[in-house]
Amino acid sequence: MPRMNMLQAINNALDIAMAEDDKVLCFGEDVGVFGGVFRATSHLQEKYGRDRCFNTPLVEQGIIGFANGLAAQGSVPVAEIQFADYIFPAFDQIVNETAKFRYRSGDLFNVGGLTIRTPYGGGISGGHYHSQSPEAYFAHTPGLKVVVPRNPYQAKGLLLSAIRDPDPVLFFEPKRLYRAAVGEVPEEDYQLPIGEAEVTKEGSDVTVLGWGAQMEVIERAVELAEKEGVSCEVIDLRSILPWDEDTVVESVLKTGRLVITHEAPRTGGFAGEIAATIQERCFLYLESPIERVTGLDTPFPLTLEKEYLPDHLKIFEAIKASVAF
Amino acid sequence: MTTTHDVYAPSFMTGDEFHIPTFRLLQQDGTLFEGAEAPELDEDKALKIYRAMLITRVLDERMMAAQRQGRLSFYMQCTGEEAAVIGATAALDDADMIMAQYREQGALVYRGFSYDEFMNQLFGNELDYGKGRQMPIHYGSRKLHYMTISSPLATQIPQATGYAYGQKLAGEGHCTITFFGEGAASEGDFHAALNMASVHKVPVIFFCRNNGYAISTPSSEQFAADGIAPRAFGYRMHVIRVDGNDVLAVYRATQEARKLAVEMNQPVLIEAMTYRLAAHSSSDDPSGYRSRKEEEAWREKDPILRMQRWLIERGWWSEEREKELQDSLRREVLETMKRAEKRPPPPLESLVTDVYADVTPALQRQLDALKTHIRKHPDAYPKGARSLDPDVKAPGGEHKAGDEQGGA
Ligand SMILES: Cc1ncc(C[n+]2csc(CCOP(=O)(O)OP(=O)(O)O)c2C)c(N)n1
Repeated sequence: MPRMNMLQAINNALDIAMAEDDKVLCFGEDVGVFGGVFRATSHLQEKYGRDRCFNTPLVEQGIIGFANGLAAQGSVPVAEIQFADYIFPAFDQIVNETAKFRYRSGDLFNVGGLTIRTPYGGGISGGHYHSQSPEAYFAHTPGLKVVVPRNPYQAKGLLLSAIRDPDPVLFFEPKRLYRAAVGEVPEEDYQLPIGEAEVTKEGSDVTVLGWGAQMEVIERAVELAEKEGVSCEVIDLRSILPWDEDTVVESVLKTGRLVITHEAPRTGGFAGEIAATIQERCFLYLESPIERVTGLDTPFPLTLEKEYLPDHLKIFEAIKASVAF
Repeated sequence: MTTTHDVYAPSFMTGDEFHIPTFRLLQQDGTLFEGAEAPELDEDKALKIYRAMLITRVLDERMMAAQRQGRLSFYMQCTGEEAAVIGATAALDDADMIMAQYREQGALVYRGFSYDEFMNQLFGNELDYGKGRQMPIHYGSRKLHYMTISSPLATQIPQATGYAYGQKLAGEGHCTITFFGEGAASEGDFHAALNMASVHKVPVIFFCRNNGYAISTPSSEQFAADGIAPRAFGYRMHVIRVDGNDVLAVYRATQEARKLAVEMNQPVLIEAMTYRLAAHSSSDDPSGYRSRKEEEAWREKDPILRMQRWLIERGWWSEEREKELQDSLRREVLETMKRAEKRPPPPLESLVTDVYADVTPALQRQLDALKTHIRKHPDAYPKGARSLDPDVKAPGGEHKAGDEQGGA
């Protein structure tokens, strides 16, 4: 099996989707000749022509509005927003239009073909406007699907599912791992299910839950914890809208403890939603309060990024606190 | 009111019948075009402009080199656009507001931002006005009437309209200038800004640096029309297109624009035709999307060289003075950089201040929890640990350059 980094896996998925279905189009700022500022769309214009892979003018609102129209017509747009921090000019198109097209028209029209790809997250010395994790804003909007892969294998399988999903999907790519995460990726076409979490490690004392770039951080924390004799079950949520309640519930019923981590600020972060659901469904089984390890309730800093981020040591401490409660 | 001319057969217009001319005064050899007249500009002011252009160029070269050495995480150059930015700034009153995009450090140089002030921001140290929260080049100065840069493109354009409207109501006799690229002019914010400015008669100057590229996207893929200038017609706004590498023309055009803005409350659009000679940013490699030949052709239109020749022709400047200035500049920049690099980062508290006017109880709790955590693992957080306990030494270098890629 070939080894790929996450960018190569994403590029490969786009290539497969475009080869298979000529309704699939890729566009966004700098995605044409240049192949995107991170090079996720490299060579696609060369291969599929300017009609199917192209630069747009610099207007996110326009990109997503245009994509909504295209998808309503029956095309399959894969729109790139250069950084998740710059998705907000398109917020109205996404939450009021993309999310509600099918509902408001009684399914006369829908934009199910649409996929929005965007790099998110910190840890790259990007400061304020190149580091945000805005998934929770979109998780509050019924009608969208929100997916976050953690490695190249997932990125390819989940992106192919997203493109072929009958609903619009926001695909948040952990840019810190674009080149850092390398792994085996099957050459052929395959899909991974959207809406299903993955138990990446079984354990009995505490469930540790995250998605995207946090999974790598969790792994390091769990290593520390296991050295101290704590058995951790690790879950990658993969899809945060819809999210896989049953898998998490099942795990917490077994371990009695839950630690959730995300980079985004704590208040209104998606960990809050998970914690509320788990205490509803597992109240009598919980042996300690559900712990959240998150960013601070502040904008994302630059110089003190390392202090700000929910890293492996903070998760390790939360695991210990949870077990020792 | 204009009269409407009715027609009784379909008659479409495309605007192709209009071609907006380019205002220019100075030729590349430093002489004026025939019939052109230099703006009133005494020796002192001319040299002040020129020095600012030179300082900006040297600063950019040095900082780019520092980035390549891994001393700085990121940088963006003004190279090739010094005449546009500095010529415009020089035509304003020093107390007029500047709302820039990010590539306009030349305006700050002209207004006297010191090397220390530049470096403190670039290194995000404890003296950075922005407290190490934003990437390098996101400068701001209240004293110099330069609004702190925000990365999301074009957001400053409607803000400039609002700021200038406030200036008009306050009767200050000042205006606001906002700089942006031809790429950013595609954003909805640009259109909102122009429309509101013309409806509300706002003293604002919209200054587009049309430098040919938005990262890799050439202007031919950014708009189909004759540049940005014709958009002013849709808003019934004054507009001028100017050779952005001709500092005299930019200066003169901006002077007139300022009069329209301040004396008549007329917003103005200026489109400066120029070229982004450098890469988009230190993370970019332009060889992936444009030819060396094209770059070389523009190098020959270097705005600094053009002004230098004009100054020498007038007897106001010489090659010896130029060399002297360049040498001393390089030295000063280097010395300041070394100082700034050594300064400690902002204290840990700066993580939670300025989110609100006062630190909220929730933020205080989060900071306290973070402190407790860092005390447990001081070696893992060298910067934060040091501000908790100044005796804790940071292992390794002070500033690790990040592997940030892509645009600002
Ligand atoms: C809303 C938003 N979208 C995307 C970006 C990423 N980005 C930073 S600079 C840039 C290109 C800007 O080009 P232009 O406005 O022409 O200015 P220039 O860099 O040429 O001076 C892009 C796409 C951003 N900063 N903000």
